[in-house]
This record gives sequence, structure tokens and C-alpha cells, in this order.
Amino acid sequence: MSTDVTHAHDGADHHSHPSASFYVWIGVILAVVTGVEVAIFYIEAMDPYEAPLLVLLSAAKVVLVIMFFMHLKMEPRFLTWVFMAGVVLATFMVGALMVIYHVLPRFGGL
Amino acid sequence: MAQAATASVEEHGHTSTGVSNWKVGFWTFIASECLFFGTLISTYMVYKGRAVVGPYPEEIFDVLHTTISTTVLLFSSLAFVLALHATQQGKKGIAILWLFFVIAMGAGFLYMEGTSYLKYIDYGLTLGSSTFGSAYYVLTGTHKVHVILGMVWIGALIWLLFRGRIPPAKSEQVEIAGLYWHFVDIIWIVIFTLVYLIQ
Repeated sequence: MSTDVTHAHDGADHHSHPSASFYVWIGVILAVVTGVEVAIFYIEAMDPYEAPLLVLLSAAKVVLVIMFFMHLKMEPRFLTWVFMAGVVLATFMVGALMVIYHVLPRFGGL
Repeated sequence: MAQAATASVEEHGHTSTGVSNWKVGFWTFIASECLFFGTLISTYMVYKGRAVVGPYPEEIFDVLHTTISTTVLLFSSLAFVLALHATQQGKKGIAILWLFFVIAMGAGFLYMEGTSYLKYIDYGLTLGSSTFGSAYYVLTGTHKVHVILGMVWIGALIWLLFRGRIPPAKSEQVEIAGLYWHFVDIIWIVIFTLVYLIQ
């Protein structure tokens, strides 16, 4: 995969962005991972591992888009913290509600 | 000299962090959108499997159909980043072409999802038919509103590029719209997995 870097013109930021071919490779990887996800969905032998595998692959796709298409990898670290604050809070909220409504009832509730 | 430097700083919106105010503000907005969609996804997941009347998700979802629309949206993100790349290199015509592709793929995604909605309504799944219907339509419908807003924004960018109002030095305008479009793509990646694949 080509990871050569071209420099942006003197815009508002002076960081470098990857080349067009690098973006195309990321797009191809995203499409392939989507295909793998759908294959896992249809292969019955994968059923026991389906949910964790799909969540893992989905997370990988999200990370690829954020790091390279949204250029967070090339931005100052504090922007990652700004974004992660929202992601962590949202994940905690979804996780907590899943525990309250789907896990605790199996053990007799709170 | 000092005045020129100040004017430049004001034009680009630079801060002591080295990142423009627009970009910091937009990443903060995206973080808040994570929480917004987090509440909608939570609601869907809480009601998942609790609907007492059908149709149920496994009866109506066409995963292959949704896979195609998902792939279309993924490639629209690729087209957008290529449009940004062209803008930064001063290739206005190519940037406009890529942005047209983004709008076309956004429209294709909406068309495919619209046909799915019509099919689900035929099956009897409406906003008020069950808790599953309410949670599903509110979650995916909110995402589609975001896609439509993104397409309007991209249309405005095409107009500005066509008029020569976005030179390479102002490519951040395209970059920020791109952050929005890629975020909309990310949300669909999550919805595709949690709603359609994990049943």
C-alpha cells in the first residue's frame, strides 16, 4: 500500500495529508471488511462468534474512517481527546442501558 | 506587519493550539452528535427483541440490499476525501466532479433506503405499529435527515468552488464539510452492524 505523503497548500493547517492512491486503498479495505461482515452474517458456523466479531470489524472500519478520511491521525492530539470524550460517554451510556435492560433482568433485576 | 499577521490569524481563525476555531468547534459538535446518536441507538437496543407485535426485524430486513446501500455510502466518503485532495491541490474541476459523485451516491443511498422503507410499510411496520418500528424509524430517519443536510451543504460547496470562492488556501471549508459527511458515514457503519447484522 502506498503511504507516500503530499503536502497541502498553505491552507489553515500545515500538516500533511496522504496521497489519493492511499485514500483509494482505505476505501477498498472498507469495502472488503464490509463484505467479510456480511459473510459472517450468512455463515451459520460463525453464529457463536458473530456479535463480537461484527462489533470488532465495525470498530475497525470506524477507526479507519476517523484516522484517515477525517485526518484525525494527522491532527493535534487534543482533537482526538475532544472526539473521544463524546465517543466514550456515548459508549458508556449504551453499555449501561444494555446492562440495565438486558443483563440485570436475567439475574432478577436490580 | 503586525496588522497583516493579525489579519491572517483572523482570516484563518487560528488559535494558540495551531488549529482553527472552526475545526475545534466542529470536532466538538461531532462529539456531541456521538451522544445524540448514542441516545437513539440506546433506545433501539433497549427495545430490541421486546416488540409484542410483528413484523419483527428478522422477518423484513434485506441484508444484501442494505449492504449495497452501505457500500455506496462508504464510497461516497472516499469520493469526498478525493474532492478535498483535489481542492488542496487547486484542481477545482476535479474537486467539483468528485463532489457531484458524493451527492449522486448520497441520493442513491437515500433512494435504496427509501425503497426499503416502502417495503417495510407494506409489511405493516410503521412508526406507530410497535416499539421496534418507532425506534427503528426514528434512528434511521434521523440519520437520513443528516444525509440530506450533508447533500445540501455539498451542493453549496460545489457552487462556491464553481464561483472560485474556495482557493486551496481556504480548503478548510471543504475539509469541515467532509468531517460532517464522514461522521454521517461512521454512524451508518454502526447502525448497519447493530441494527441489520446483529439480530
